[in-house]
Amino acid sequence: MKLTNSEKAMLEGQEGEAVQKAMEMLVRYGEALGAEKFIDTTNVGGYMIANLEQYKRFNSFDGAFSEMCMDSDVTVKLPPVKVSSCQFETSMDPEYYKLAGKSDEEYELYKSNIDYLANLGIQVMCTCTPYQVGNVPVKGEHCAWMESSAVVYINSVLGARTNCEGRESTTSAMLTGKIPYWGLHITENRYGTHLIHVDEQPITMEDWGLLGYYVGKTVLDKIPVLDGIKKTPTRDMLKHFGAAAASAGGIELYHIPGITSDANTVEEAFGGRTPIEELNYGVNEKLNAYNLLNSIGDNENVDFIMLGCPHYSIEQVWDLCKKLEGKHVKEGVSFWVFTPQSIKDLANRNGFQKTIEDFGGLLMKDCCPAIGRFKPRGSSVMATDSAKQGHYLPNITGIEAWYGSVDDCVEAAVTGKWGGKFN
Amino acid sequence: MSGIIVLQGKKVVGGIAEGEALVTSEYISGWGGIEPTTGMIIDLRHELAGKSIAGKVLVYQGAKGSSGWSGAFHQARTNGFAPAAMIFNEMSTKIALGSVVTRCPAVTGLDQDPTKVIQTGDWVKVDGDKGIVETTKK
Repeated sequence: MKLTNSEKAMLEGQEGEAVQKAMEMLVRYGEALGAEKFIDTTNVGGYMIANLEQYKRFNSFDGAFSEMCMDSDVTVKLPPVKVSSCQFETSMDPEYYKLAGKSDEEYELYKSNIDYLANLGIQVMCTCTPYQVGNVPVKGEHCAWMESSAVVYINSVLGARTNCEGRESTTSAMLTGKIPYWGLHITENRYGTHLIHVDEQPITMEDWGLLGYYVGKTVLDKIPVLDGIKKTPTRDMLKHFGAAAASAGGIELYHIPGITSDANTVEEAFGGRTPIEELNYGVNEKLNAYNLLNSIGDNENVDFIMLGCPHYSIEQVWDLCKKLEGKHVKEGVSFWVFTPQSIKDLANRNGFQKTIEDFGGLLMKDCCPAIGRFKPRGSSVMATDSAKQGHYLPNITGIEAWYGSVDDCVEAAVTGKWGGKFN
Repeated sequence: MSGIIVLQGKKVVGGIAEGEALVTSEYISGWGGIEPTTGMIIDLRHELAGKSIAGKVLVYQGAKGSSGWSGAFHQARTNGFAPAAMIFNEMSTKIALGSVVTRCPAVTGLDQDPTKVIQTGDWVKVDGDKGIVETTKK
């Protein structure tokens, strides 16, 4: 890689050992990619949460993060971050850690971990959706973000530029302000590859999740262009769509000409090139996505409802609350809704938190079951409105999962039975 | 009679290693796809679900899914369940970073599709620096 003088100075250790190790990591990574140089970034999102096993093995947060977040064999003391940086969603809600099966020791470690990050100047947003709570990158801004659902959102909807980074590259970027200039940082690599004619119009949130799951499964890690979308989706629909597409495949950028950031026309989205492949999304493709998502398990007795993956917006919390009034969750069913802390604060102010609690549910922050590797004690069948959580949680916890609409999930919470149908 | 098939590609991560091949033409998820405390593939919708990557030469199409890809492979290494080497077709940030922190030889851009030429159970030697993959059919 070609390094600037200041980058060479960091690599030589002139800004301290931690920055040196960070630079070493980025150079190894950049060379593996075949990148020619670094680009400056001023917006980094990463994951620096140590579990108990890692903390004990490496004896300190610095030790755990030197290894797990910088791939350094030696423990270095991490200095305050050089550029604006935030923490994505974490492993537990400190208020409800016991319900997630976490021990007091794990809770204490979590609190210390958050303090550690705050002391480094890392914004402890603790959400998979920083763009819902103030970190809204502008078009063209070079970012270094983790969290596949956030990466696809800021690339596509906002036109920011980031690859799907990992723990080691983001922590290193926080300390150096550098990330390899490769992939989606470069205009040339942002044009569409696959043209999808959307015949079956997505109307509801559930529809957008299914379309995303189909696109991810079909296009994998390429760049789809969706043609034929007649109704402008909401932010939440695009959030849901991208999360599903990034989980089923590895979509990091898509274009909906006239709606998302990079292109106003199909021609513009392809940069004048011919699509590698043209596909049609009709009712059969939608049905296949639904069946694939609902292929894990067959028990209709639901005992866990999970909403808020990616984290719910205030609009979603409001919409949910309208469906809950006058109803109550069935005994033995856990009804958990996940959102960032600042949206929870607003939900509290608006009385939404009380509505959810009166229904018998809980509004949780900071985490999700998949990242925290938890589920309600004894639960074995989940219903969710999230294609992403339905995709991952069975892999991680062995739970069965049903995917459907918010209405399906509320109904399952009240009756304890899954009654969702394809429509 | 079984001969040795030599494929030429390019270096992602240097080093030399050999082992039994575990092959899929599919993409592989890291976080939520492999279990770092056992090395098992836990993606229930994957054709290799239930197989272990530990000590294997992993031959696959590319990396998909969560940005925790590198983290999962990194933890698999610190827990002693890393693959011996990796051979893949599709370069990405997930796979490059994952290969680097797994610290195993990794090669891409081979002159033939390795997921077609190599089969699970073949013995494969990978020279990451030279980008050479030698396969002895089982």
